[in-house]
Amino acid sequence: MALLFVSIALLALSGVPSIVGRGRAPALIAAALAVAGASVGSIPAARALVSGESSSFSHAWQIPFASFSVGLDALSALFLIPIFLLTALSAVYGYSYLRGHGRDGAGASPFFFGILAASMAMVVIARNGMLFLISWEVMALSSFFLVTHDDASERVRRAGITYLVATHIGTAFLLALFALMAMRTGSMEFEQWRGAASLAPSAGALFLLALVGFGTKAGFMPMHVWLPEAHPAAPSHVSAVMSGVMIKTGIYGLMRMLSLWGAPAEWWGWTLIAVGAVSGVMGVLSALAQHELKALLAYHSVENIGIIALGLGLGLVGVSRGMPAVAALALGGALLHVINHAVFKGLLFLGAGAVIRAAGTGEIDRLGGLIKRMPRTAASFLVGSAAISGLPPLNGFVSEFLIYLAAFALLGAPGATVFSAMPGLAVIASLALIGGLAAACFAKAFGTIFLGEPRSDAASSSTEPPLAMRAPMTILAAGCIAIGLGAPLVPRMLAPAVNSFTAGAIDASALAGAVPILTMLVAASAALIAVAAAALIVRRRLLSGREVKRTVTWDCGYAAPTTRMQYTASSFAQPLTSAFGALLRVRSHAEGVDGLFPEKGSFSSHARDFSREDVFEPLFATVASWLARFRVIQHGNVHLYILYIAVALISLLAWSFGGR
Amino acid sequence: MISWAGLILVVLLLQNLMLLGTGRVRACIRIAAMQGAILSLLPILSSGGVPTLRETGIAAASAALKGIAFPWLLYRSLRGTGVRREGAPLLSYSASIVAGMAVLGIALWIASRAPLPGATASPLALPAALATMFTGMLLIVTRRTALMQLLGYIVLENGIFAFGFAMEIQAGLLVELGILIDAFLAVLVMGVAIFHIHRAYDAIDVGQLSALTDWDR
Amino acid sequence: MFAAVNIALALVLSPLLLGVINRTKAVVAGRKGQPLLQTYYDLWKLMHKGAAISRTTSWIFIAGPATGAAAAFTAALFMPCGTVPAVFSFQGDLIVFAYLFGLARFFTILAALDTGSAFEGMGASREAAYSAMAEPALLLALAALAREAGSASLAGIYGQYGAAHWSTSGPTLVLAIAAMFVVLLAENCRIPVDDPTTHLELTMIHEVMVLDHGGVDFAFITWSASLKLWLFGSLIVGIMLPAGATPPESLALRVGGMLGLAVAVGITESMMARLRLVRVPQLLTGAGALALLALMLSFSMR
Repeated sequence: MALLFVSIALLALSGVPSIVGRGRAPALIAAALAVAGASVGSIPAARALVSGESSSFSHAWQIPFASFSVGLDALSALFLIPIFLLTALSAVYGYSYLRGHGRDGAGASPFFFGILAASMAMVVIARNGMLFLISWEVMALSSFFLVTHDDASERVRRAGITYLVATHIGTAFLLALFALMAMRTGSMEFEQWRGAASLAPSAGALFLLALVGFGTKAGFMPMHVWLPEAHPAAPSHVSAVMSGVMIKTGIYGLMRMLSLWGAPAEWWGWTLIAVGAVSGVMGVLSALAQHELKALLAYHSVENIGIIALGLGLGLVGVSRGMPAVAALALGGALLHVINHAVFKGLLFLGAGAVIRAAGTGEIDRLGGLIKRMPRTAASFLVGSAAISGLPPLNGFVSEFLIYLAAFALLGAPGATVFSAMPGLAVIASLALIGGLAAACFAKAFGTIFLGEPRSDAASSSTEPPLAMRAPMTILAAGCIAIGLGAPLVPRMLAPAVNSFTAGAIDASALAGAVPILTMLVAASAALIAVAAAALIVRRRLLSGREVKRTVTWDCGYAAPTTRMQYTASSFAQPLTSAFGALLRVRSHAEGVDGLFPEKGSFSSHARDFSREDVFEPLFATVASWLARFRVIQHGNVHLYILYIAVALISLLAWSFGGR
Repeated sequence: MISWAGLILVVLLLQNLMLLGTGRVRACIRIAAMQGAILSLLPILSSGGVPTLRETGIAAASAALKGIAFPWLLYRSLRGTGVRREGAPLLSYSASIVAGMAVLGIALWIASRAPLPGATASPLALPAALATMFTGMLLIVTRRTALMQLLGYIVLENGIFAFGFAMEIQAGLLVELGILIDAFLAVLVMGVAIFHIHRAYDAIDVGQLSALTDWDR
Repeated sequence: MFAAVNIALALVLSPLLLGVINRTKAVVAGRKGQPLLQTYYDLWKLMHKGAAISRTTSWIFIAGPATGAAAAFTAALFMPCGTVPAVFSFQGDLIVFAYLFGLARFFTILAALDTGSAFEGMGASREAAYSAMAEPALLLALAALAREAGSASLAGIYGQYGAAHWSTSGPTLVLAIAAMFVVLLAENCRIPVDDPTTHLELTMIHEVMVLDHGGVDFAFITWSASLKLWLFGSLIVGIMLPAGATPPESLALRVGGMLGLAVAVGITESMMARLRLVRVPQLLTGAGALALLALMLSFSMR
């Protein structure tokens, strides 16, 4: 516990030097402090994750209802590890990335970065509702300031406001939830909330409050609207942390509440599966329609949160039906996907930052051919792309595989009817669709950005980023491979966290049953790699002594190809965006060419975000027009305002005395 | 062992999907007619013993009506209008198939929730009947041409027949015959109506009928 | 020992399937047709050629065919044959089997995009779209079979099929096979989804993706394509035919069944026209619906 406090303090203070001083040295110290803090903190976290032992610390506090109670168990540890890993790597990356920006006031960014890291860690270990909410709010505000780092731009300010509004709507639901829990149990201590839901008549309402409140942070559809706005606006290392770990605090909060309430109702699982299927499929479809790299990655976060929700929901169904194999595998898969997503999404956002820094744009259709100029970034990005597409032998496949196994176990359960197997069926169908679409989307992203010929001058003059930016990417790429090939060790790591989530309601040792399966899987992966290597050796043998010409691409006899004739990302995605046009509602605008000597033609397309443009914007407009009626009391006259205050005070006094 | 009834019900479900997945009117008429004819055989095939004369008579009448009379009438109005295929349905064909699977899921859910007495002929009978009825409704709601909507009514009627079979209502056959005659008259009337719509508007898109409205929009 | 024979048969005989399909099409069309062993001659010739590689390309272009071949080979290690076990067999191996082809496809698409050619981009785009839509159909069909067999492994499914299953759950099996046959046609670039013999790049899918590959790289591509056809065919043949009592019998049944399937594919191709590209999603959705229906029936018919 003490080590954890040291770590959080180090993280929180890590940004101070960069506000106090200017120039290179303070920024370097700030990054070093963040790395130190994260490394110190990961020791107790790793210990708790493996041993499954929990420890806690409590201290009284003057704030009403609050106490400084914190605790560390395997569930917290599982979320702490990616937080520490990604903040450390992003701090190093950010040091170099922000220097490249060379902007005044960059000093504030490391400061808020440190606060964000510390507050995320506090959220995960808080065991008191008030402390949790305070940490939650600090986390929201510090990330708001990080998103609006580049506040000279109109787009960034807009994104910041969207984020701020969205996160506070979520917090409002959490306030309601926590207030209800406190009323019911008379305490804000999480420990006192254990099993409360089973006593309460309205457990379902509490679950829905938690789903909306935490889901807003996590990015469940349709509450995801802030993600595709905030991520393109934020500096890349901030996006990496926010998308990789910060949105997971929403998942953590939901899991923490569920773990306290004990026995879940089965429909909670169904609801989560439905939310997960919608988020997953719609997230990846929306990603396919994006033109901007970071917006694309943001929608993929929605997709991956959807996969986590699918696993979590299936796990709840398993718990409520008392099926340990289903529950343990699905929950294990969901938790592993939490870590995996942090690793590969962090990697991809860092890679996106390297691309944007080198080429000056994140517009996918203006890039191309970067693999020749940035080979290392390209290799890391490729690993991340394959991992997020859930392809073997990388880590993304392992977590999706565990969820698949759970779904098959549910289908194959003795006495299953078509109705009782419906959750498993939905999970298999959605995962299969999401997997294929995600692979298509990342083939589009990687293929257009890194392969082919550059589509703009900026893209053709880009260069590899400095070591401080490359190394974090390489480490994360290695992580993708390591988790993929170390899959048999994973169940042992996950079992304590699953146990601490279900509080012993199911036997998490069922997860150990996956070890031999995963061992075989890794053997197959090894065979795959060996055969690929052998194929390359055979190729070299056969080609040795023969002529290997370098020539131009065969473009079906066309003699004067230009780079603008290449397939673009939008055209690559077109068959899918049009096939799913009813869901995506892509608006396109085309000006055709005509005449014998046609002049300019143009084409543009824009994917509408259904929930943003058809749900929230009309809703907010309605609320705004309704609230506008109250403008009559706004006169700008100070005396009038003092009168309002006086009237309010007097009527409150009258009410409170009159009520006696 | 699979019973004959089970097999017919599976074919019924497949025909629903085919109806939702194609826009060729001629093919749809054929599928709906075959669906009706096969369904007429259902009570005879599942009864096990030798069917009575009355059962055979009703089945033959129903099969003749649905398998021969309906398609003949429909083909005739098809020739009159010259429509080959449903142009752009309100719900695309792929989406219709997905919707068809969704209504099948709903049908299974309802069937699992409301195990009606007597539903023993086949566990699939009730969901298949409900799914067929829903498919008919889907066709009516999502297709633009009057002919396809008419086919929707016929499919709906097929669903009702299957429902009666699922419930194993003996007297149901008579009720069914009544409905059948209603449907027959409806087909006749609609056939005439389609011809007139076509003459008036040079199309059989029912959306055009909204031009008949009295007030200005 | 027989496991090794099983894999060797797949590796060696799979190019023959393409020959059988082409010969069937020729016979139906009244032509003489190319030799049955044409694919072998092509492979031999390609392996002894040099290469011409575009200056636009990077190492991805070379890694693509090698990864594709490795993935197809690894998938072959998962495919049992009646009483002959597979090298890798565990619960959920059918998911790995399906995803290995996803890996191969991912790299094939990237290798196509690596050339910067508009035509190859077009093929890659279509391949990505159609396979994404075929994926749910394949997994749901496999789930239906897994449900029937009571085991989520290929060995559990394919080790025990026989006439008994057909009499109890015929409709499920027929629907699952129909769904998988559509997936087979789509995934192996066959009519009605793709025409492997077309001469217009604009209408191709798979062939246009590999326009720039030559020599040994193209040999890898051709060979992994035929291996993929063999493996997808095995998914179907393994259910249509009984497992066989002894390993030699199983292997003989498999080979015979595969040749029969190749003839069936050839006849299908001869009888159908290629669908317009915008209609392909409809076909694949239909296959998905059949698979889902198969899965639902596997519960209700009991």
